Amino acid sequence: MKSRHKKLLFIVLGLCGVGIAAALILNAFQSNLVFFFTPTQVEKGEAPTGRAFRIGGLVEKGSLRRDADGLTSHFVVTDTVKSMNVAYKGILPDLFKEGKGVVAEGRLGADGRFTATQVLAKHDENYMPPEAASAIEKAQRAKTLVK
Amino acid sequence: MIPELGNFALIVALLLALIQSILPLIGAHRGNATLMAVARPAAQGQFAFVAIAFGCLAYSFISHDFSVINVAHNSFSQLPKIYCLTATWGSHEGSILLWALILGFWTTAVTVFSRHLPDEMVSRVVGVMGLISVGFLAFMLITSNPFLRQFPIPADGNDLNPLLQDPGMVMHPPMLYMGYVGFSVAFAFAIAALLSGKMDAAWARWSRPWTTVAWMFLSGGITLGSWWAYKELGWGGWWFWDPTENASFMPWLAGTALIHSLAVTEKRGAFKAWTVLMAIAAFSLSLLGTFLVRSGVLSSIHAFATDPARGVFILGFLGVVIGGSLALFAWRAPRMLSGGGFTWFSREALLLANNVILLAALGTVLLGTLYPLLMDTLGLGKISVGPPYFNAVFVPVMAPAFFLMGVGPLLRWKQASLPDLATRLKWALAISLAVGLIVPLTQKGFNVWVSLGLMLSTWIALTVIEGFRERLKHSQGGLFGRLSGLPRSYWGMQIAHFGIALGVAGITVVANYQTERDVKMSPGEHVELAGYSFVFQGVSQVPGPNYVAARGEIEVSRNGSRVALLYPEKRTYNASGMPMTEAAIDPNFLRDIYVSLGEPLDGGAWAVRVYYKPFINWLWLGGALLALGGFLAASDRRYRLSLRKAVASVYAQAGARA
Repeated sequence: MKSRHKKLLFIVLGLCGVGIAAALILNAFQSNLVFFFTPTQVEKGEAPTGRAFRIGGLVEKGSLRRDADGLTSHFVVTDTVKSMNVAYKGILPDLFKEGKGVVAEGRLGADGRFTATQVLAKHDENYMPPEAASAIEKAQRAKTLVK
Repeated sequence: MIPELGNFALIVALLLALIQSILPLIGAHRGNATLMAVARPAAQGQFAFVAIAFGCLAYSFISHDFSVINVAHNSFSQLPKIYCLTATWGSHEGSILLWALILGFWTTAVTVFSRHLPDEMVSRVVGVMGLISVGFLAFMLITSNPFLRQFPIPADGNDLNPLLQDPGMVMHPPMLYMGYVGFSVAFAFAIAALLSGKMDAAWARWSRPWTTVAWMFLSGGITLGSWWAYKELGWGGWWFWDPTENASFMPWLAGTALIHSLAVTEKRGAFKAWTVLMAIAAFSLSLLGTFLVRSGVLSSIHAFATDPARGVFILGFLGVVIGGSLALFAWRAPRMLSGGGFTWFSREALLLANNVILLAALGTVLLGTLYPLLMDTLGLGKISVGPPYFNAVFVPVMAPAFFLMGVGPLLRWKQASLPDLATRLKWALAISLAVGLIVPLTQKGFNVWVSLGLMLSTWIALTVIEGFRERLKHSQGGLFGRLSGLPRSYWGMQIAHFGIALGVAGITVVANYQTERDVKMSPGEHVELAGYSFVFQGVSQVPGPNYVAARGEIEVSRNGSRVALLYPEKRTYNASGMPMTEAAIDPNFLRDIYVSLGEPLDGGAWAVRVYYKPFINWLWLGGALLALGGFLAASDRRYRLSLRKAVASVYAQAGARA
């Protein structure tokens, strides 16, 4: 093999490697994207059933209750127009509070109940998770439009 | 009065920064020695005035001057003194001031330690750093002034975010910024080289120790940040692939690529254009990181909308720095003649592979970090990219780099022989394979990732040993004497590589073998985890300086003998009413026992979280070794002693060629 051919071979091999790596990365990216839906969108059936997604809004006041094991909690997340039931097993974050913003990641069951695998409330008391804020904003805007 | 003084000092500093950048750059262009002589005093003066401004802000914090908006938002009368000081850089405005201060410090360091460099080079470097100072000082004065006052004066402040009230946070931001800003020196050297059109390898040698020191600080800063998150966020995670973490990790990846390609440029004269590009990338990512974390864009895109001036300034500044330097690069780079050639199997080739892999890893992190922001900005919906993506992608991308890391330092420059290398390393390969295959078998269930991780970690460690063995084979004298005769740069490289080996082992074991339980515990109840028994003794109320804590007492024992008594806390801060989990940890070399309190349940019971984290401390130890390695490499005597000679010879060569 001439050195020119050898060089060409390396370049082709290199490009193949980069191409395969890029394809794998983009595939992993695609399958790990987590989309966000508001309770209103979930009610309309826009959310996927076989895949994890995020919901956000306010924890409805007076909706938090715990099972006897002390660790499974049930609460209602609302965007002030529609609301949905959420169940979560585990310790809730420090800043989880009724009446405050929350984002939960999990799956929607056939019974319409959302089972969260992760509940997020961010690092600052005054701060509303951006997804939660936008959920409320969107729902309110839709409501005024309907009127 | 003091805040106004600080404000005035900032304005003077901005004017000095303008002088520091414009005059020396013109001087260097025209070969005017008088204008070039302005560089050093202007830079030092600028640093002095930024330091005065910083001192004024720190004083306002310590004296609880709540008429300053920034102080009122981020401090509190009961806040312990040390946190009053660190609150100075706890806010957006204060952290930008810290950035400017550290930039001034680095610039001054360049003016002091550059006596042996040609004036033209120093003027350009200081000038470019001055331009960056202008950007930051103007940004502060126009959009984020830390000295703004308010009236009426509030009776008390809102308190510093309790998460930041931790010893880890005292050191983490300054160290991280020392790293970020340190890359500005490498950047300025690269731009100066482009401006001068002298594309010899001399600038690589000059900028190498600076880059290594910056990298050392960044490594230390990231490690501290991770340690802080582990301790303070209360759920035992040490890396979340959170955008704020990625923001510091991306410059680190680019910086790591840079120090490796600088080595080739310095020693072999190859990769010149590439090295310049990496220097631009490392600094641009540092800027991006600072702004991502500090502008509020991450917590909400709307933070930009509510203060458009800030967002526009940031994007404009990033555009000028990145676009300007890339344009200059495109214009000048074709003039760069690459030095020595090399074959596909040589140290150069492996370092090239290292750079390509690091860059690919950087690309995956960048994609996962910026894509959601981009989608949100364009109004295309809210999405998030979680740890599963990063873990799935990052591990396979980096694995080949870890393998090559073992080989690279043992290869000769220019051309090496594969059969020869195979004979030298067959024992290391055999042991690594054995460790990787046998150790996971001792645990229940064979895990491929554990096998791969341990194999690579052992491989790196053994090749480090092989490197030392070969270096010492031909020297005479006692072992200690021979070891201390090796150059510090060699020690630095090997120690840093060994740090990676420890880190990889730590991450592998803790990620796959940690165990955790969330349980409801009443006083007197106990729970078992990983052979340890945890007895919950109850909770008592304990007052702190600016909080009240519910302090739990948990006795940990193993086989009937007590291992530790742990006191996790749930604090409620007086000013904000914000609750905070303070975990309690019993550390040792092989494992951490980690307990934290969840929420109180009825009847004196609490939700309690207990963790067993094997090998987690190897991770921080690895990070510390990276920093130590960086320190040793940067303090190599050839940078101190032979600089004058090297410069003289480079210029003699340049003269001879001309």
